[in-house]
Parts: sequence; C-alpha cells; structure tokens
Amino acid sequence: MKGKKALALPYVVWSIAFVLIPLALVLFFSFTDKEGNFTFENILKIGKYSSIFVKSINLAVIATLICFLIGYPLAYIISRSREHVQRNMLLLIMLPMWMNFLLRTYGWMTLLENEGIINKLLSLIGLGPFQMINTQGAVVLGMVYNYLPFMVLPLYSILVKIDKSIIEAAQDLGANGFKVLIRILLPMSLPGIISGVTMVFVPSVSTFIISRMLGGGSNMLIGDLIETQFLGGNYNPYLGSALSLVLMVVMLLIMAVMNSLEEDDMEGMLV
Amino acid sequence: MKMRKTVCLLCSLLTCFALFSDSVSAAPETRTLRVFNWGEYISDGSDGSMDVIQEFTRRTGIQVDYQVFSTNEEMYAKIISGSADYDVLIPSDYMIGKMIDEGLLAKLDFSNIPNYRYVDDAFKNLEYDPTNEYSVPYTWGTVGIIYNKTKVTEPVDSWDILWDSNYAGQILMFNNPRDSYGIALKKLGYSQNTTNRDELDQATDELKKQKLLIQAYVMDEIFPKMTAGEAALAPYYAGDAVTMIGDNPDLDFVVPKEGTNRFVDAMVVPKSSPNKDLAEQFINFMLEEDVALANIEYIGYSTPMSNVKARLDEEVQNSFSYPDDEVLSRCETFVNLDEETTAYLQDSWTGVLSYGDSSIGDILFLAVFFLFLIGIVIYFTVKKHRNHTI
Repeated sequence: MKGKKALALPYVVWSIAFVLIPLALVLFFSFTDKEGNFTFENILKIGKYSSIFVKSINLAVIATLICFLIGYPLAYIISRSREHVQRNMLLLIMLPMWMNFLLRTYGWMTLLENEGIINKLLSLIGLGPFQMINTQGAVVLGMVYNYLPFMVLPLYSILVKIDKSIIEAAQDLGANGFKVLIRILLPMSLPGIISGVTMVFVPSVSTFIISRMLGGGSNMLIGDLIETQFLGGNYNPYLGSALSLVLMVVMLLIMAVMNSLEEDDMEGMLV
Repeated sequence: MKMRKTVCLLCSLLTCFALFSDSVSAAPETRTLRVFNWGEYISDGSDGSMDVIQEFTRRTGIQVDYQVFSTNEEMYAKIISGSADYDVLIPSDYMIGKMIDEGLLAKLDFSNIPNYRYVDDAFKNLEYDPTNEYSVPYTWGTVGIIYNKTKVTEPVDSWDILWDSNYAGQILMFNNPRDSYGIALKKLGYSQNTTNRDELDQATDELKKQKLLIQAYVMDEIFPKMTAGEAALAPYYAGDAVTMIGDNPDLDFVVPKEGTNRFVDAMVVPKSSPNKDLAEQFINFMLEEDVALANIEYIGYSTPMSNVKARLDEEVQNSFSYPDDEVLSRCETFVNLDEETTAYLQDSWTGVLSYGDSSIGDILFLAVFFLFLIGIVIYFTVKKHRNHTI
C-alpha cells in the first residue's frame, strides 16, 4: 500500500508546483495593488467589463449547444456501427487534432474571408459575397470546429457501453424513438453529456485566439481582455488575475449546477 | 517481428536526438551573444541578400542566439520577468524611454562604437533618449495609409479617408491603443503624445464612430490582407509598404498631410546583459556601411545613416520612405506616457473594442439560459423526491 502511494508522488509534486502555487499567486495578485497592499479595487473594477463577460458566456453557450446537437447523434451513430467502422470514424474525428490549433484556425480565416475560397466559389454560381469573417458567427464556428471532438469522445465512450438490449426492451414495451431518447438514452448518458459539455464550455469561454483571428479584434472576449492585461500596452497583472479569478468562479458555478444534475439523477435512477 | 520493433525503437531514438542536437552542437565554452529583435527585421540571406548574423559570426567568431518578438510589450514582459538574459534589444522609441525611466538599460560606451559618427544628427538626442547615452538608431519610418488603387479611386492624402463611410467594411485598423489613438489624435489635429483627458476622450468618440466602418482590428495581418485585396484601406508602416507594393502593384502608400507617427527603432543593451562588450561590438558592426546597406535594402525601412542613404537607388531615396522635411516637420515620435495616462488609454481602448456589445437581447438570452438550467435541476430534484415517495 505504501509503495503504491509513492507512485503518486511525482504527480503531487507536479500539481503543487504548477497548479497550486500558481493558483495561490493568482489569488494573491487579485487582491493586491502595485505596492503589495490588500485591496478590493481589482475585483470592483470588473463591473465595467460585464458586457464582455456576457458576450463570452453567450458565445460559449451557443457553441456548446451546437457541439451537443451535432455531437450527440454522431456519437450515437458511431457507437452503434460495426467495430472497425467505429475505429475509423473515431480516427477521422481525432485527425484534425493532430494538426496545430493555430494553423487550423488560420485555415478558417482563408476560407471565410471576403476574397476567400468560399466566397469565390459562391460567386461562380452568382451568389455573395457574404460577410462571414469578423463576425460573432465566425467565432462560434471556430469554437465548434476546434472543440467538437471533446464533445464526441466522452459521449461515444458512454454510449458504446449502453447495452443494445436495454433499447430493445424499451421498444418492445412500446416506446417510440423519441421516448427511447428521452427516457433511456439521455438519462443513461448523462455523465458523458456533462463531461462533454464541460470540456467544450470551459475552453470556449476562455479562448482568446479564436476571437482574435476569426472575430476581427472587435469581438473582444474575456480571454482577450486577460491577455491584454499581460501583453498589452499597460502591464497590469493585478487586474488580469482578478479577471481570471472571476472567470474561474463563473465556470465553477456553472459546473456545480451541472454536477448537481448528475448526482440527483443517479440517485433517482437507483431508487 | 522483433527486428521491426528494434528498428522502430532506433528510429524514435534518432528523432529524439535530432530534437536536442541543436543544443548539443553549440560548443559550450564560446561566448554567445543573445539578440532580441522584431520578426522579419534583419537581412537573413534569403533572395541573395547578406546573412547579417552569419556575417557577424564570420568576422568576429562570436556565436549569435537570435530571437524575435512581435510587439514591444511582449519584449518588455519578457525582460522584466527575467526569464532570459539578452544582450542586444531593438525596441521602438517610446519603449526605450520607458525602459530608461525604469532603469532597465545600460549606458553604452561609445568609444566601443566608433561607427556611431555616421549616424545623422537628426537621429541623435531624440525625445526618448535626450542625452543619447543608451541607444543607437537601427531604422526609422513613418506610419501612413496603404490603399488599393482599384478600390479607392479618389486621391488619398488625409486620415479622414479612414472615416469615410463609402469604404464601410473595407478598412483595417491597428489593434493596439497607442497606434490607433495616435491616428485619431492626428486627425483631430492634436499631438499623438497628449495626456489631456478631453483630447483623449474626443479621440475615443472618433474611434467609436469609426468602429462601424472597420472590417477588422489587426496588426501584422494587415500585410497579407492588403496584399490579397481583402481590404481597401489600412494604416501601415512605410518600410513594409515597399515590399507590399512589390507583391501587389495595385497598392499605393501615402503619408497623410496631418502628419503621422515617425518611429525610430534603436539598439539598446539591457542592464542584465552578461556580454555588454560583445553587444557593443555587435552594434558597431551593424553600423558598418556595407552591412547597414545590405540590411536596409533587405528590410525596406529607412536608414538613419546618410552615407548609407546616398548609396541607395535614386528611386528609393525619393520615395515615401524618405518624406520631405515639410511633411516630417508635422510628424512626431512616440514618447513614454505616464502610467495613469497609459492605463486610461488602455481602458478607453477596451471601451472602443467592446462598443456596441451587449444589447438587451444578449442579456435576455443569458437569463433565459440560466432559468432553463435551473429548471432542469428543479425538475430532476422533484422527480427524485417523487421516486422516493413511491
């Protein structure tokens, strides 16, 4: 038993050095000013940026919803296909992730631009040009494209474990397709839904490079605002840390709500 | 089968070695000079030009570790974090002023830089380094308007055209407060270094008005976007404009009549430099006539050395790279603003970028979403209780 615990030591050291201490520093900076005195000023200043928070959460929510609506049927179809098909389809889903994140997003820039490939093709059939890049839609598209695999993979891994006979039993008892989905599939795959939603929502709400590249700089999100505090003209790690802290709290709250859903349901199912 | 495994293992080991070979091959006992410069800002031997860094190593035997940054602020953040000891930095004017004020730069020993005498007097003792003890000019240039002649047919000579609603959605703008406010302030006829809140607020209003016409707020992306014909108008640097017009002859460049930002990028040595003597040797080398000429011909910016300028093509000497004195008299160099004004500028700029955000609809959407989430939680809780009672 003792020997097993020692195996965890590298991770403990790692997380103290690179997770706990940095978090403590963020907390410290959030409540101090330049002279190192305690202050609430950084936190209070954030009220000014509430519109940026609203926008970031909105876009992240929309992206997460779209990911779920695309990802769930996809994950279901994959989980019900033959084994070698499953393997190939999962490979296809992960394939884009082998390419550099920035490069993929940059690729969308050249696709969506006014003189870009999509508009050029559309003009051949007499349509357009459409304004696609530098819009909120483009930012959401970037989020969906980049984070979709994080939705599909957890959903797939839980859907594939649902026994086919359970669905057949429901159908034998007269449940139609919709009822099977609502009463059987969704409740049983809830843990997968929650981890998928978390894994899409969290990076979406804090992204800065997607909004910078596809949003044309005028779609400022929290991530951009935080980045500006550190790399912008006015070096202000205090406000930057406070912003990160508030963002973390917002995410924790949303995750807490999601997780309470899971616990409630699990207990409900057991009874 | 086993054979194949061994081959695989060998291959992966080789790959690992390849990754580290860079650091292995550098002999540890020779001293290495660490240079930190803007990206794409030195003659690197492509297109038959002189590889300036290699030439330095060839002449002096000193190895150079050359790294690049993309904004002054990024460079500054790296220096004050102390994560790396650089020997030569090439930041811009206002950043040099800031670093002098904060005591980050070392005084140069000009007896080690005899070539300094070739630098024009017009580029000595500038606002950011009034007694010229810390910096040696590298290049200079102006910010002007680059525009596409097929999309803009009227004559371009003023910043006002960046506010012209005929070009809505076709204008690019700088994505940093200092440059954008500089343009708005010049348009209004104020100094780009003003600390007057009233003048700054007027500029904020101008920039908010302009936001409706802007296609995107970008920095270096102006280069590919303008060259590809994605936008019609953008502010940009004269030096890059030379290259851009070479790539796309539909483009043209003008220095606006209201005057503009004349920037100077200069070589400085940080106090933390472990090799100050090598740094001075490098600075002196960069001022050698043949080196400076090859370098300036490659990067296309303007040279602060008249002996070098005289050896450039006649055409270049008379181009927008070297505006006449009348225009130059209306230009200014950025100085380091006090902390309060910098913070005010940054805040106002965030206001410009998020201007027009957050309509009632956005807030409603968020509210509805949260109600929905809470609704689901309540639904499941109630269901659980019902199950319990059954």
